[in-house]
Amino acid sequence: MKVQVYGTGCGNCQALEKTAKKAIEDLGVNVEVEKIEDMDKILEAGLLSVPGFAVEGEMKSMGRVPSVEEIKKWIKAKM
Amino acid sequence: MVPDILQEGVNYLTYVLMGLDPTSALGSAVNFFIYDTIKILILLTVIIFAIAFFRSYISPIKVRKALAKRNEYIGNVAAALVGIITPFCSCSAVPLFIGFVESGVPLGVTFSFLIASPMVNEIAIILLWGMLGWQITALYIISGLIIAIIAGIIIGKLKLEGEVESYVYEMIDKIKAAEKAGVTLEEEKQTPKERFLSSRDYTFDLLKKISPYVVIAIGIGAIIHGYAPADFLITYAGPGNPLAVPIAVLIGVPLYSNAAGIIPLVAVFIEKGIPIGTALAFMMAVTALSLPEMIILRKVLKPKLLAIFIGILAVSITAIGYLFNAIIYL
Repeated sequence: MKVQVYGTGCGNCQALEKTAKKAIEDLGVNVEVEKIEDMDKILEAGLLSVPGFAVEGEMKSMGRVPSVEEIKKWIKAKM
Repeated sequence: MVPDILQEGVNYLTYVLMGLDPTSALGSAVNFFIYDTIKILILLTVIIFAIAFFRSYISPIKVRKALAKRNEYIGNVAAALVGIITPFCSCSAVPLFIGFVESGVPLGVTFSFLIASPMVNEIAIILLWGMLGWQITALYIISGLIIAIIAGIIIGKLKLEGEVESYVYEMIDKIKAAEKAGVTLEEEKQTPKERFLSSRDYTFDLLKKISPYVVIAIGIGAIIHGYAPADFLITYAGPGNPLAVPIAVLIGVPLYSNAAGIIPLVAVFIEKGIPIGTALAFMMAVTALSLPEMIILRKVLKPKLLAIFIGILAVSITAIGYLFNAIIYL
């Protein structure tokens, strides 16, 4: 399973990546964090503000850093 | 009011318990530092949280939808107003710009949003209100909105759509193709509890990031407050120096990353003789004319449009500075 972090490398994007990794570690599951830093790909996904978080390509949050709990919930729902 | 009770408490702490002399420079500086640090941190916590929670109901997708239907004038006013409550970090400037243009938000309306959003943001408002009172805060908000509305209308009238980089239109085609292929973004669905929790996390993360700057700035402010003579700055930046406003604007441009630390200092500068107009122009230059954002916007704006954007902002901020200096010293 894969989750996607959309971001250009700003502070919030890095915070989101860390939060996602923490959620995966807490769950003890084998999930890969894919980083999408290419602006064209971020735009094609329809994002208006970064960072964005997706599970298996399905966008879950936009323009904010979701909490560890939210990310866990989304991952669990897809398992 | 809470701050009044707080002032009494801090007076008791510094003048009775610590035994400092209220008329001495040290006593005055220590009292200022403790009082302002506590007051500003309380205000920041409460208001950042309240705005973050409220804002979780207003996503950029909704803003775009609302602005796409507007014509000029009303659109510019609406864009400037929503700009207050929907900040974006400068790394989102490009996707926001392209997303707005894609869904038919007029160029001038997009600029009203791009100007108002960083200039009239909640942190600037809280710091101004906490350190300078509501009158100056209201002046700042109203003049910021007027600049955003007028600059947006002028850019709209100049018909500069051709000065948008072709990258924007290439990307719009790609986005439309992706939408046809089935990529659509839905509004985020959060429960009130999730909104509460994410607002809380956001508030503490932001406080962690900005409070060191705020506390250091209040510390420097406290030293100036206690030790510098009352007319210390009048010689250089007072009403006698006609170039003070443009110089203040120029100094403000590279200081964006430290906006949270600049405002507490400006409060003390006003107390030490800098005219209100000069101080307001300086703060607007710090928040609205951010160098990193200009560099990022170059990706979507041709040099001519970028220069017009910067020029209109710089001129209108300087004009507001002179205007308030003239009104207040008449």
